[in-house]
Amino acid sequence: MQKRKERIDRGIKARSEDISALLSWREMLYLSGPRLLPFIGLAILPLVLGSYWQKVLLSVAIFALLAMSWDMLAQSGMVSLGQSLFFGVGAYIAGVMNHYWSFPPFVTIPVAAIFGGMICTVLLLPVLRLRGIYFAMVTLILPMMVARIIEATKIFGGTEGISGLDPFPSIWFELYLVLAALLGVLFGFRRIMGSDFGVVLKGINDNDRSVMSAGLNVHWHKALSLCMAASVGTFAGAFMTHVYMVVGMAMFSLDYSILPVAAAVVGGEGTFAGAMLGAFILVPISEILRGIGGLRIAFYGVFLVVFVVALPEGIFHYIRQKYYQIERFVEVAK
Amino acid sequence: MSSIPLLEVSNLSKRFGGVRAVNSINFSLKEEGLLGMIGPNGSGKTTVVNLITGFVKPNEGKILFRGQDITGWPPYRIVRLGIARTFQMVKPFYQLPAFKNIIIPLYSPRVKRLIGGKYGDRDAVALDLLEEVGFERDSFVAYKMARVLPQGYLKKLELAKVMALQPDILILDELFSGLSLAEVASIVPIIEKLRVEGKTIIMIEHRLKELFRIADRVIVLNFGEKIAEGTGKEVMQSDAVKKAYLGSEVS
Repeated sequence: MQKRKERIDRGIKARSEDISALLSWREMLYLSGPRLLPFIGLAILPLVLGSYWQKVLLSVAIFALLAMSWDMLAQSGMVSLGQSLFFGVGAYIAGVMNHYWSFPPFVTIPVAAIFGGMICTVLLLPVLRLRGIYFAMVTLILPMMVARIIEATKIFGGTEGISGLDPFPSIWFELYLVLAALLGVLFGFRRIMGSDFGVVLKGINDNDRSVMSAGLNVHWHKALSLCMAASVGTFAGAFMTHVYMVVGMAMFSLDYSILPVAAAVVGGEGTFAGAMLGAFILVPISEILRGIGGLRIAFYGVFLVVFVVALPEGIFHYIRQKYYQIERFVEVAK
Repeated sequence: MSSIPLLEVSNLSKRFGGVRAVNSINFSLKEEGLLGMIGPNGSGKTTVVNLITGFVKPNEGKILFRGQDITGWPPYRIVRLGIARTFQMVKPFYQLPAFKNIIIPLYSPRVKRLIGGKYGDRDAVALDLLEEVGFERDSFVAYKMARVLPQGYLKKLELAKVMALQPDILILDELFSGLSLAEVASIVPIIEKLRVEGKTIIMIEHRLKELFRIADRVIVLNFGEKIAEGTGKEVMQSDAVKKAYLGSEVS
């Protein structure tokens, strides 16, 4: 019996015009495996981690959400260096609603996600026509400005912030809520970018004049994309406020702007899964390096450089390419 | 046919700093037919297109479409009314496969209105359109990324993007430039078919021979001013046109 090697995806792609494209459970597994993996992985992960690493997982999920939000913006032609604006606005909306009007978390978080996204969109509306570095500059400055305004006017607790906010019922509730949100955003965003609406967003990134001459309002589509991305960021902020039980100016800090960008770039832009993967790699590394002390940031920088130089297209793109190249033996003759 | 012209441009002027790119140009366009626009380099042809389609705002003058004043409207609203253009320097979406390039015009509110609120399967419509302009279906060239396509296909893609909008007026800005004779010959029938379907076309062209064969009327621009108008034969006999193209010694 003669055998030769063949890539699994070749056979599937050749038949993919047909509905009965999948001939065996193996092919089914080959296609559905990568989609099932995050579901199963995230369901099991909280159960096997200790209480310290469960806290780390929370922060991983937050940065993954911010990184996917960044990826959404980047794919629609907006390079943001101010993810902390979304995070901070969401945090303050939830904190203020909970402290002054004592709304419970299950009200403050959805409100912060929806209205916070809208507020951030309105704040950035005047600069939507800017592209590339100019848009990035404005987004970098905005969260710093908001933080200084809070400091100077002493509103919402000023530099002290607001403490004593309502916590979640338990760590399990926190974990599974944020992981469900993570999966929802991952598959939701992937689906949106795969639709015709997503094609328009990618077109704007590519050539906005051509989109205009196709009869589409570029600013409106950018604003929609921004609103979705900002909502994810404000959700993350509102969620974290109730985890920490405080809200303060630190919510606008540069960490929440820069780390998501690093995660998306290291993991691979344009797929959302890459951004998530990046956060799952970078945040734990940062935690492990905590033991080193002073040189932590230097080592962290070295890791970043190694990732970017070794896999400039991103880890996820590399893994995906390798996955497509998996081979199996097929009989060619008896 | 109504007495209101389809497109009326009156007294249109545009200055870039001290340069008078377009200087009080007048012309009007009746329904159906092909208007050629020629002129030496820098004579303001593309600026006229940019003014009509809203990419550049005029300093003076008016543009009327079916009697409606569209001067100063943003480009996307003008396209929705039914004036679509191609770009001289092709502007495809390089990061998308060729057929996904057509999805974007197909997504526009104009197309939605024209086909009655339902979009249907845009991919299939896009592939049909690409086949019409010469993307051979068997070769899978429609699935290739736009960035790897040669210039000839990119020009055809540009044409397909405009056709997807089903506009009343198509403005083709130097569609033939950079193409071989064989490629031009393959596009001419598509343009003639559009004319038969009742579209109005404005063509800017440097290839006069091909243009005169299909144009009903030609406008000649020089230094931002209209120096002649008429059939191809008529304008070529005009002294002003000879002067503009060949220099003053000849005339």
